[in-house]
Amino acid sequence: MEWIQQLVNGISLGSIYALIALGYTMVYGIIKLINFAHGDVFMIGSFIGFYAIAKWELGFFPALLLAMVVCAIFGVLIERIAYKRLRNATRIAALITAIGVSLLIEYTTIYFRGAQPAAYPEVITNKSFDVFGVQISSTSILILSVAIVLMILLQFIVHKTKIGKAMRAVSHDADAARLMGINVDNTISATFAIGSALAGAAGVIFGVYYTKIDPLMGVIPGVKAFIAAVLGGIGIIPGAMVGGMLLGVVESLVSALGFSLWRDAAAFVILILILIFRPSGIFGKNAREKV
Amino acid sequence: MMKKSKVFWGYAVLALVIYAVVQILISTNILDIYYQNMLITMCINIMLAVSLHIVIGITGQFSIGHAGFLAVGAYVSAIITTKLLLPFPLAIFLGALAAAVAGLIVGIPTLRLKGDYLAIATLGFAEIIRIIFLNTDYVGGAAGMQVLYLSNWSYAFIGVVLTILVISNFTNSRHGRACISIREDEIAADAMGINTTYYKVVAFAIGSFFAGLAGAIFAHNFYIIQPTTFGFLKSFDILIFVVLGGLGSLSGSVIAAIFLTVVSAYLANFPETRMIIYSLVLIVVMLYRPTGLMGTKEVTDLFKFGKKGGTK
Repeated sequence: MEWIQQLVNGISLGSIYALIALGYTMVYGIIKLINFAHGDVFMIGSFIGFYAIAKWELGFFPALLLAMVVCAIFGVLIERIAYKRLRNATRIAALITAIGVSLLIEYTTIYFRGAQPAAYPEVITNKSFDVFGVQISSTSILILSVAIVLMILLQFIVHKTKIGKAMRAVSHDADAARLMGINVDNTISATFAIGSALAGAAGVIFGVYYTKIDPLMGVIPGVKAFIAAVLGGIGIIPGAMVGGMLLGVVESLVSALGFSLWRDAAAFVILILILIFRPSGIFGKNAREKV
Repeated sequence: MMKKSKVFWGYAVLALVIYAVVQILISTNILDIYYQNMLITMCINIMLAVSLHIVIGITGQFSIGHAGFLAVGAYVSAIITTKLLLPFPLAIFLGALAAAVAGLIVGIPTLRLKGDYLAIATLGFAEIIRIIFLNTDYVGGAAGMQVLYLSNWSYAFIGVVLTILVISNFTNSRHGRACISIREDEIAADAMGINTTYYKVVAFAIGSFFAGLAGAIFAHNFYIIQPTTFGFLKSFDILIFVVLGGLGSLSGSVIAAIFLTVVSAYLANFPETRMIIYSLVLIVVMLYRPTGLMGTKEVTDLFKFGKKGGTK
């Protein structure tokens, strides 16, 4: 039963990773940039949710919605100010800028509110359900259902709407898409908006689940989510979901085996193994390099 | 041939003069302990900047896990002096060697990757190295390890001279040119018959060696080393020297290391402000001058301006 318990915890953690990983994978799919600042958008979302619940006394769902909207705007701002000029720059320049943006967000937040952690207020009464000896808390059911609803919504947007079609077209071939009359800049901004909104939602549910947030909280989940995205095959949306869940479960199992201090190392070992043996990820297809 | 050796002796004299002047200033107590410490930190930063320069600037392999090798050098040398009570110069050498071995272990599998993936993989390896030290009780775990204070200006300066000497000679040799060709176009270099994997690994191991050397001096300069010192932010600090100085310019990275050491010494009491300034500098440099301040030029190129058909 202990194992199933850890599995439940792992899936809860994994759904948070999956939500962040979706933003990484969408942005990478469309402009081939590892958006290091994505973990910090997650952090901003968490803080907005915190202020919305603790200071303005909103409920969970209004706070979630507010965090998603603000993060969407924030993500578009980052893209317009920092990344737009880098479309034709080298990969190294783009990556360094992304690291710079990430550190700028983190330390500006610390500058204005200090580095001390904040305790997330309790928004839903935490009950535990006993299912065949496995304790499932209401918060973990809540975050799982929020994550699943958002993922279904995302699948709907990507596959059934006009903007989703444009996103798929741009990620397939940006130049051809432009020739077909698609506004590539707006489509990229929309991708950033959707990805950042998901990160914002992940931030709020992270706060509700773990109850402690601080300005540097985005770094580790950000890197883990990136690992999840690579694991599933970067650029592939279902890959990010499966990768996130899988990583969450693996981490929980490593903790359950009594190696909780090695948990972060386990994630990096997975990353390196996947990069060496199957760089295109679980769902990826091998793309041959053209000269 | 004559000319080349003349230039070399010129630099050797210059290095000796710098060393003698600073040594006199230290022994006459004009430079107090604060400035001495700043000088040693400066030397460590120069070594780190130059050792990363050979990986990113010359070979064009984007590594953001350099702090991992710094950590290996620091911990191995600290074990040798503090636990085994062996002499410091031996500890420096073995620390650097251990870092080079770590560089080989990390480099051989990861250097097959390119660009973003390589960056993330090196970041991952650096974190794994840090977590290993964090979970090893022999070296004190998270609390850190007490280290004897053995560093001084002479060791630091010799380290810098050695680093610059080896790396600039490597760059100007046929091996260095092979590395530069990999930076410019890996596929073309491969087609020209250059063993790209071999040169990438060699450059990576040399970079790690000197990062380990810097780590040994670093460890014996601060009385205590902790795993948290060698996190991602340390790698980032080293990266900014190279990026600001110019990707591919040795003198640029040296100048950037000197300049940023002084800046961060004055901002030591305002760590957030320092990080905000650093990150803004990084973003602005990348947006408006993506090759860094010096590009691939060296300071010495400026003096050759008037001459015809400049010697390179």
